[in-house]
Amino acid sequence: MSERTKVEVTLAVNGRPYRVRVEPRRTLADTLRDDCGLTGTHLGCEHGVCGACTILADGQPVRACLMFAVQCEGMDLRTVEDLADGDRLHPIQQAFWDNHGLQCGFCTPGFLMLAAGYLEQNPDPGEDELRAVLSSNLCRCTGYQNILKSVRQAAEVMRA
Amino acid sequence: MSYVGSSVKRIEDRPLLTGKARFAADLCLPDQLHMRVVRSPVAHGRLLDVDTSEALAMDGVEAVWTREDVRDVPPIDFRMPWVEGLERFRQPILAGDHVRYVGEPVAIVLAEDLYLAEDAAELVFAGIDELDPVVDPVAAGPGAIETTVVEKAYGDLEEAFGDAPVVVEMELAVGRHSGVPMETRGALAHYDATRSVLEMFGAAKVPHHNRAAIASMLGLPLGAVVLREGHVGGGFGIRGELYPEDVLVCLAALRLGRPIRWVEDRREHMLAANHSRDQVHRIRAAVEPDGWIRGVIDEFWVDQGAYLRTHQVTVTELTTSMLPGPYAWPAYRSRGHVMLSNKTPCGTYRAPGRYESTFVRERLIDVIAHRVGLDSAEVRRRNLVLPERMPFKRGITALGTELTYDSGDYPGLLDRTLEYLDYERLTADLSRRRSDGESVGLGMGFFVEKSGLGPFDGVKVTVDEAGHVLVITGVASIGQGVETVLAQVCADTLGVGIESVRVRHGQTDDLAYGMGAFASRVTVMSGSATLIAARRVRRKALEVAAAVLEADPGDLTIDRGRVFVRGSAGGPAITLAEVAQRLRPGLTGGDPGLTAEGWFTADHMVYPYGIHAAVVRVDPDSGLVEVERLVVCYEVGKAVNPELVNGQIAGGAAQGIGGALLEDFAYDESGQPLAATFMDYLMPTIAEMPEVEVLLLEEAPSPLNPLGVKGAGEGGITAVGAAIANAVADALGCPQEVTRLPLDPERVRRLAADRA
Repeated sequence: MSERTKVEVTLAVNGRPYRVRVEPRRTLADTLRDDCGLTGTHLGCEHGVCGACTILADGQPVRACLMFAVQCEGMDLRTVEDLADGDRLHPIQQAFWDNHGLQCGFCTPGFLMLAAGYLEQNPDPGEDELRAVLSSNLCRCTGYQNILKSVRQAAEVMRA
Repeated sequence: MSYVGSSVKRIEDRPLLTGKARFAADLCLPDQLHMRVVRSPVAHGRLLDVDTSEALAMDGVEAVWTREDVRDVPPIDFRMPWVEGLERFRQPILAGDHVRYVGEPVAIVLAEDLYLAEDAAELVFAGIDELDPVVDPVAAGPGAIETTVVEKAYGDLEEAFGDAPVVVEMELAVGRHSGVPMETRGALAHYDATRSVLEMFGAAKVPHHNRAAIASMLGLPLGAVVLREGHVGGGFGIRGELYPEDVLVCLAALRLGRPIRWVEDRREHMLAANHSRDQVHRIRAAVEPDGWIRGVIDEFWVDQGAYLRTHQVTVTELTTSMLPGPYAWPAYRSRGHVMLSNKTPCGTYRAPGRYESTFVRERLIDVIAHRVGLDSAEVRRRNLVLPERMPFKRGITALGTELTYDSGDYPGLLDRTLEYLDYERLTADLSRRRSDGESVGLGMGFFVEKSGLGPFDGVKVTVDEAGHVLVITGVASIGQGVETVLAQVCADTLGVGIESVRVRHGQTDDLAYGMGAFASRVTVMSGSATLIAARRVRRKALEVAAAVLEADPGDLTIDRGRVFVRGSAGGPAITLAEVAQRLRPGLTGGDPGLTAEGWFTADHMVYPYGIHAAVVRVDPDSGLVEVERLVVCYEVGKAVNPELVNGQIAGGAAQGIGGALLEDFAYDESGQPLAATFMDYLMPTIAEMPEVEVLLLEEAPSPLNPLGVKGAGEGGITAVGAAIANAVADALGCPQEVTRLPLDPERVRRLAADRA
């Protein structure tokens, strides 16, 4: 593609502006990973099923593989790199660590962002509701029960 | 502090939680080119010319290669060659005169940008003269290619079947599943002229083997190839084997003198990475009226796909060896036909050959129980190998080793499971629910796993002059927690805090040899090697400390990195850091450094065992099966980290449910794959998962390794298909008709309708 087909976009990611030149067809996920250097957002299927690329856009969990970078100007984007406060882990990260909520860790950023985004808006979810929310992402290692346990623990900590 | 046996939190988690991990697709190098593979759109045909001109004309396309460009590269060799004379079935790195499955690499495009490479790949036109595909090699008859037959047998079958009062015969099939790790494959290779080394990132599972294979295929000295493993997003048998794309990336990096990056997309993964399972069994058992099984004859066909890849006939081999499972059958023969078809080639997937054979065997047991009018748990009990026969020599081989069950109390495990289930009450309760109109049932599967495949693995333990410990291992990490487990063993043996231990794995220039991470072997082999290496380091430290402290080495102990006389922690002491400082070259007469290698070798595998029990509820109208309970009772000898073992079991169980109810790489009659996305290849989400109940037993430690451990990577999945199938049969009251996995809604609905 020639430079002419690219457009300039400024993305606000994790509270920082990133000015990038991308083709209109470039996905948000690729832009975050390759143009912004934020490789914590993973691509597991690129067709919106697995949820490994889940990030927060204006506080809502979204699939970064199903959005184009050019759609996201003006949005407040948050990725897994923004969760921890320096060395201090976010309660959801700490809970995944405490409860063996990850094995290979590839799906983990997506689950962390899904749960963080959800719990920020719904601090006290019921069991069925939590299961329904978490069923939007795939994990192939854990069998999910420790993920559920982790999110329950995080909800408690975040409420306190 | 004893770390071994306690659920220490994983030491590898922080980068994975904070987005700082380095998976294959996270790596880039300056001036890199992106590789895109052009794949065959048809299942079978003669490959005519491949027109690359339009693609080559695009700005930013550096090269397009077809078979002509790689004629000097041999096909990918077998990593596990069990049978001789099968070389002609190996896969070339780009299709030659024929294409043989949808997804077979036909050409590669190398371009400045990934999107551009994909555009260009769409402009490569492969002329293909289509031929009839073989989609069902069992039904195809003489039209299908049988590569070889693997047979194992013992005992007198004529006597067993001669006047058998009851003969039970069944045809059973397991669909096409695979590991489908969440991370797709990927590789980044470059030629480092400053060191004259070809380096490839993105290795997994068996880096040392693949280094040797790549060096040999490209005509390079072993020392000129380095493979690096970063983070790996799941293994399950499939990830890390040597595939055409790995070799192509290395070859292009060598020839073009630029870094080459390849990241597989999900559709490619479903078409091109190994599939597995896909077996049809015809099995016969000679049975006494009291349920005693006199002998079993099994004939089965494995749809291996279009080529024999690195595993060659490993899955067939394991199926024949492990089919008898926990039972003492006096006579047995199994004959596995390894068939080719025009589908994606197959390799191993977690519990290869055991998921399939356990389904076949345990389904058979339930049908036998029905035929002789006994409870199926009772039929199982009457046929088990008894503890007094341990170690039990089956009289056949498995993966080139004598099949000898090392230790076990199978009836004891059955008792424990039934007690945990409150069997009488549970079956009564289910029967009451059935009479109330619900379709609910209980099913069990007893299994024997195999683990700890040798022949060797090594570990190097080094304490530096600041007291930091480095464990270098030749095995690989595929997400299973190997760093934590080896650090636990090392910290205990050496007498240091686990926080001072780092573990490095998967770098082929670290250690001369490494076998890798497969066959539930890492804790058994590398755990034992860590123990040996750390003991050596400890002995060396005690000798140096003894001279300084003027004590006998035998009177000394080490705690949190301090060496002192046992019983006088407050007395004179020397730290391991100080010991290391005294071991600089020139200061010591012996070998310098507080360091040692340890090698563990094994001629035999170790055999963990367990039972899966499932309670299911079937909706006869929709055909949906809900797994209400899944219980896994598993004997592992010794759990180094119980939480991690439970995690392995729960994760395996989820994959087992997928294989039992959802997952199937189906094909249409023209050989087109019908499951090439996550919309069609359905894997369990949390919505399909019950809370897996794990009963972890540590009562039969293995006598074959110093830790007493048996592998835990696969036992979570092994009998899930069997247990769920038996439960569905129980729920629908059709003991004999459940014969195929997965039990998807369509199949279950039909079963329910036929029953009515």
